[in-house]
Amino acid sequence: MAERSFAKEVQDLRIGAGQEFRGEGILAITKALLECGVGYVGGYQGAPVSHLIDVLSYAEDILNDLGIHFEANASEAAAAAMLAGSVNYPIRGAVTFKGPVGANVAADALANLSSGGVMGGAMVILGEDYGEGSSIMQERTHAFATKSQLWLLDPRPNLPSIVKTVRDGFELSEASNTPVILQVRIRACHVYGSFTARDNQRPPVTVRDALEEPQRRTERITLPPFTYRHEMEKVTERMPAASRFIEERELNERFGGDGEIGIIVQGGIYNGVIRALQRLELADAYGESDVPLYVLNVTYPLVDTEVLAFCSGKRAVLIVEEGQPAYIEDAIAALLYRHQASCVLVGKGPLPIAGEYTGTVLMDGVTGFLREHGEDLLPQGHRETNGHVTETTDPELEHTVPIRPPGFCTGCPERPIFAATKLVEENLGPHHIAGDIGCHLFSILPPFEIGSTTMGYGLGPASAAALSAKGARRSISFIGDGGLWHNGLTSSIGNAVYNESDNVIVVVDNFYSAATGGQDVPSSRADNTSRSTHHPIADAVRGLGVRWVREIDRTYDVNRLKNLLTEALTTEETGPKVIIASSECMLNKQRRERPLRNDAIKSGERVVVPRFGVDEDVCTGDHACMRLSGCPSLSVKTLDDPLRDDPVAAIDESCVGCGNCGEVADAAVLCPSFHRVDVVHNPRPWDRFASRVSDLCIGSLQRWRDRRRLVFEERG
Amino acid sequence: MSNPDIIKIAILAVGGQGGGVLTGWVVALAEANGWRVQSTAVAGVAQRTGATIYYVEMCPMGPRAPVLALAPAAGDVDILIAAELMEAGRAVLRGFVTPDRTTLIASTHRIHAVSEKIVPGDGQAPDERIFAAMERSAKRVIAEDFQRIAVQAGSVISASLFGALARAEVLPFPRRSFVDVVRGSGRSAEASFRAFEAALTDDREEIEVAATGQLPPAGPESLVTAWAALEARMSALPAPVQQMATTGLRHVVDFQDLPYGEDYLDRLDRFVALDEGTFELSVTAAKYLANAMVYDDVVRVADLKTRRARFARVRADMRLGASDVAHITEFMHPRIEEACGTLPAPLGAWIEARPQLAGWLDRRINKGRKVRTSGLFWFAVLYVVAGLKRWRRSTYRHRIETKHLDNWMDLALTTASEDRPLAAEILACRRLIKGYSDTRTRGESKFDAVLRALPLLKDRRDAADVLHRLREAALQDEHGNALEAELEGLGSAKAAS
Repeated sequence: MAERSFAKEVQDLRIGAGQEFRGEGILAITKALLECGVGYVGGYQGAPVSHLIDVLSYAEDILNDLGIHFEANASEAAAAAMLAGSVNYPIRGAVTFKGPVGANVAADALANLSSGGVMGGAMVILGEDYGEGSSIMQERTHAFATKSQLWLLDPRPNLPSIVKTVRDGFELSEASNTPVILQVRIRACHVYGSFTARDNQRPPVTVRDALEEPQRRTERITLPPFTYRHEMEKVTERMPAASRFIEERELNERFGGDGEIGIIVQGGIYNGVIRALQRLELADAYGESDVPLYVLNVTYPLVDTEVLAFCSGKRAVLIVEEGQPAYIEDAIAALLYRHQASCVLVGKGPLPIAGEYTGTVLMDGVTGFLREHGEDLLPQGHRETNGHVTETTDPELEHTVPIRPPGFCTGCPERPIFAATKLVEENLGPHHIAGDIGCHLFSILPPFEIGSTTMGYGLGPASAAALSAKGARRSISFIGDGGLWHNGLTSSIGNAVYNESDNVIVVVDNFYSAATGGQDVPSSRADNTSRSTHHPIADAVRGLGVRWVREIDRTYDVNRLKNLLTEALTTEETGPKVIIASSECMLNKQRRERPLRNDAIKSGERVVVPRFGVDEDVCTGDHACMRLSGCPSLSVKTLDDPLRDDPVAAIDESCVGCGNCGEVADAAVLCPSFHRVDVVHNPRPWDRFASRVSDLCIGSLQRWRDRRRLVFEERG
Repeated sequence: MSNPDIIKIAILAVGGQGGGVLTGWVVALAEANGWRVQSTAVAGVAQRTGATIYYVEMCPMGPRAPVLALAPAAGDVDILIAAELMEAGRAVLRGFVTPDRTTLIASTHRIHAVSEKIVPGDGQAPDERIFAAMERSAKRVIAEDFQRIAVQAGSVISASLFGALARAEVLPFPRRSFVDVVRGSGRSAEASFRAFEAALTDDREEIEVAATGQLPPAGPESLVTAWAALEARMSALPAPVQQMATTGLRHVVDFQDLPYGEDYLDRLDRFVALDEGTFELSVTAAKYLANAMVYDDVVRVADLKTRRARFARVRADMRLGASDVAHITEFMHPRIEEACGTLPAPLGAWIEARPQLAGWLDRRINKGRKVRTSGLFWFAVLYVVAGLKRWRRSTYRHRIETKHLDNWMDLALTTASEDRPLAAEILACRRLIKGYSDTRTRGESKFDAVLRALPLLKDRRDAADVLHRLREAALQDEHGNALEAELEGLGSAKAAS
C-alpha cells in the first residue's frame, strides 16, 4: 500500500486526556480531529498532506470504532463536495488536499459550499505546497478564501498551536456557518514535536443517524433566489459573526507588550520571525520579544478592530506575509488609510516581493526594517551590514555544484518508456509531446528532455487537443494511472474519443498514485482490504469508446514499446491510440519484496537475485547508455589508466536488476559492455554441480589459452 | 535575556539516502537525554533522488517550550551533515557552513548528477574545489567516504554518518546513548551498529592509495624473452616518452601479439624522430596510437569477455565468495557490419558492396542476443571467436581501421614538421572516436568535422589551441551542437579576415 507505513504511529491516536502525544504534524492533526468528534473525514493525497491520507487509511479501525466515516476521495473536487455532509446536519467533517492546485480542482464544490453555508463544522486541511520542496507552480491559496469567503486559518507551526487551531476552527465554522481552511505549510506538516492530548470524542450525530433521518433546507441550496440572499448573508451575518468569534476567543495572538514599532505576521511564519529576533538579541528562546508582535492565526477575515488597536501609537509596522499578491498587506493598508492612521506600513520592500520567506530572508528583512525604523533597538553588530554574509564562498563554486532536481528512482519502470520514446523519435523525427502530473513528468529533464507542457493532473492528453490535425504528424501525450482516475478518464480520454482525435496517448501505469507516496488507485493490483482495486484501465478506456488499445505488462521491454509507439504513430486506424504501459513502481515493489526476499534467503530457500554490471575494459566511456537512462545506480567511474581520457560507466550496489540497461543497450545497439549477474542464494546440489562442471571446463580453457599468450596484469 | 543554547543541525542528503532515518536517530538521541527536540523534513516528490534538507533543533528541557525554527538559515547552523560531497558544496553555497561555529561532517563519495553523466567527455564536477570550500568555510571538517564504510559493514550511510556525529563529540551526549539508539533501531540494528562503530574511528588503512603498477607479463618462455627484446627498445626512447610507450605497448600486445607491438613502436619512432624537448608530441602519439591500434572488434570483445581476470573481476564486483553460484548473461547485438568486419577483407568488402545481400544478411544477424557466458556453450562460442585473433590482420575491419589510422597518422606527421603542438592536437582528436554502432559513427563524424577545420587554421599561430577548443566542444554534447557553434565562429572569422 502506501510508501510509508504508519501502522505503528496510528496506535498513538488512541491515547487519552493528559497523555503526551509525540509525532509529526499530520499525526497531530489527525488526533485533533478525533478529539473534536468529527463525523466524517476524506481527502485526496498530494504533498505535503499525502501522509495525512495514509495515516487516515492506517487508522481506519480507530475511525470505525468511533463511528467516523472515511473516504479516500477520487479527487479534491470529490473531497470538497463531501463536505456537503455538514450542510444540513450538525456533523463535523474534515477533508484534506494540497493547495493551491488541489483547491483549483475543488474550487467548484468549495464555492457552492461557501454560498449556502454549513450547519456542522466543515474544515479543509490544506497543505500549502509553496517554497522549498514544492513541486507545483508558486501561488497562494489565500485567494480562494477571499473569493468564496471561507475562513483561512494559518496557525503557528508548533503542535499545540496546530491542534488548538483545529479545535477553534470547527467552532468558528459553526459560529459563522462557514467552512474553514486550515492551512499548513510543507515543513509544518512534517514537524516532529509533542502536545498534551485529550480524549477522542464520538460524533454526537453520526452519518448513520443522518441517513436514518434525512434533512433538507431549500434556502441552503445554491440556486436563485437563495444565491442572492447567500451573498448578503456572507457579508452581513457570517463575516461579522466570524470576526466576533475570533476576537472573543483571541484566536490571533499578541506578544511583546508595547513599543513604537511592531510586526504583524502570519501564524505560519511566526517561528521564522522569532528566530530572526533571537539572532538580533531582541527575543529569547521562549519567544519573549522586545518588538510587539501581532500574530494572525486567522489570516482571513482580518479583525479590523484588532489591527487598528495594534497599529495605534506605532511609528512603523512591518507586515510579514509570504508570497504574492500581498492580500493582507493591501487590506491592512486600505484599513489604515480609511481610518487615517498615522503609522508607516512596511511589508514587501524590506522583504522580497515574492518567494519563500526562509530563515535567511526573514533575517535580512527584519534587520532591514529595524535599520530603517528602529535602529535604536538593534545591537551594534547588526546596524550596518548583515551579520551572516560569508565571504568565504568561492564564486566558482556555484558553477561547480551540479543542480540535483528530483528524478526517476533506481529501477523506475517509467524510465524505459521514455528511452523507447527517445529512440522512436530518432527514427520518426520529433513529435509534439504533452506531459501530465506525476513522476513521469521527470521526463522533461535530462537525459530524456521529453514533453513540452504540463497543464494539470489528468490533463496531459487534453492539453494536446489543440494540436491535432487529420493526416498530420500525431502528437504523443502521457498520463499516469493516478491522473487517469483523478479526472483524466473523462477530461482526457473521453475528450479525445468524442472529438475523434487521432493522437497517441500513453498511460503510464505503475499500479499506484506513486508521486504522492504510493497510494492505491482503482487499477492497483494490490488487494486492499477496505478499497476496491483491480479495475483494469483497458476496460475503462474501451468503455469510453477507444478502439485502438495496446497493453504492455513489462515496460522494460524497450523494443516492444518502440514497436507499439511506432505502430500507434503510423497506423491507419482512426480515433485515439492508447498504449497502457504497466509495471509496478520500483520503490513500492522493493519495499514489498525485499524483506520477503531476505527472509526467504535466511530461511534457506533458493533465491536468484539479479544485478547488472559493466565490463570496464569493453566500455569506451561514451556514456550513450546514460543518455538513455539517468538511473542513479548507473554512473561514471574514472579508471587508473593513462590511456583513458574519459570515465567509464559503472553500476553500483544499489542496482535492483530491473533490466533497463540491458534492454536499452540492445534496443539502441549501444555496446556489449553490460552484463547481468544472477546470484543464486542457497543453491541446490544441482546448481552447485552444474556450475562446478562449467567452471572446471571454462577454467581449463582459460588456462590453456593463457599458457599460449602473454598475460598482462596490474598490481594493486 | 535568558537564552538556553539551541543546537541547530542540518542534514543535506540526496533523496533515497535515508536522511529520514538519521534524523529520527538524532531526535531519539536528544529525547533519550531529556532534551527538547524538533525536526522537520520535506517529504514527497522532493525526495525522488533530488537534493533535500532535514533539519533538527534541540535544547535542554526548560520551564516552557522554546520557539524553534523549521528550516536552517545561513550563518546559523552548528552541525552540518552532508551525505554526499556535492551536497556539502551546496551547504557551503547556501551559507549553512560558517567558520565561527559550523562542524561539517561530510561523506566524500560522489553520487553523480545526471548533468555530469550524460556528457560524452568527462562531465564530472571537480572535487578539489569542494574540499577547498569546505576547509575555508567550516570551523571543523570531518570528511571521509562514509558510504564505503557503510557498504563494507553491509549497512547504509545513515549509520556511518551517525557514527561520525558521535565521533565529532559536538553533541553533549555520552557515546553510550548513541550506541543505545543504534542498537534499538530494529530490523537491521546489527549491520547499522557495525557501520556506526567503523565510522567512530578515523584510523583506517587507506585502501585507495595501495600502489598500483605494472607487473611483468606472464606467459611461455619464448614469448617472455621476445617481450624483453621489445621492451629493450624502450631504453632507446627519450625518457619522457618511455612510461606512456610501455603502457601503450602492453595494451597493443595484449590486443594482438608481439609483432603488432613492433608495428606500434615503429609508428611511434617516426614521431620521436621529429620531436624534441619535452617530447609532448611523442607522448601524445604513444597514447593515441595505442588507442587507435586497439579497436573494439568482435574478436576483442569476445576475448575480453572470456578472460580469467574478467570472471574474477565480475565476482569481486558482486562480492561473491569462491563457493557462491552466479550466472553471467551478456547483452550482444551484432549487426552485418560486425559480421563483415570479422570476415577476410575481400569477402567482407564484397558483401558490403552489395546492399541487397548485406541487408538480407543483416535481417538474419541483427538482433539482440542474451548469451550466458558462465555456461559452457556460449563461453565456447565466444572463446572460439576470440581465437580468430590469429587471422585478425586479414580481416575487413583491420583493413578499414589501418587505413583510417594511416591517414590520420600521416596528417599528424606532415603537420609535425611545421607545427608540432598542432600535430599533437591532431593525434589527441582520436579521443573523439569511441563507442559502438551509431555512437561510434557520430564520434567519427565529429572527428572528421574537427579535422576538416585544419585548412581554416593554416598559418595561425594559435592553431593548436583552436583545435584543442574544437575537440573540447565536440565532447560537450551528444549531437555536436557546441562543436557546430565553434566551427561557425571559426568560419565567419576566416571569412572576415
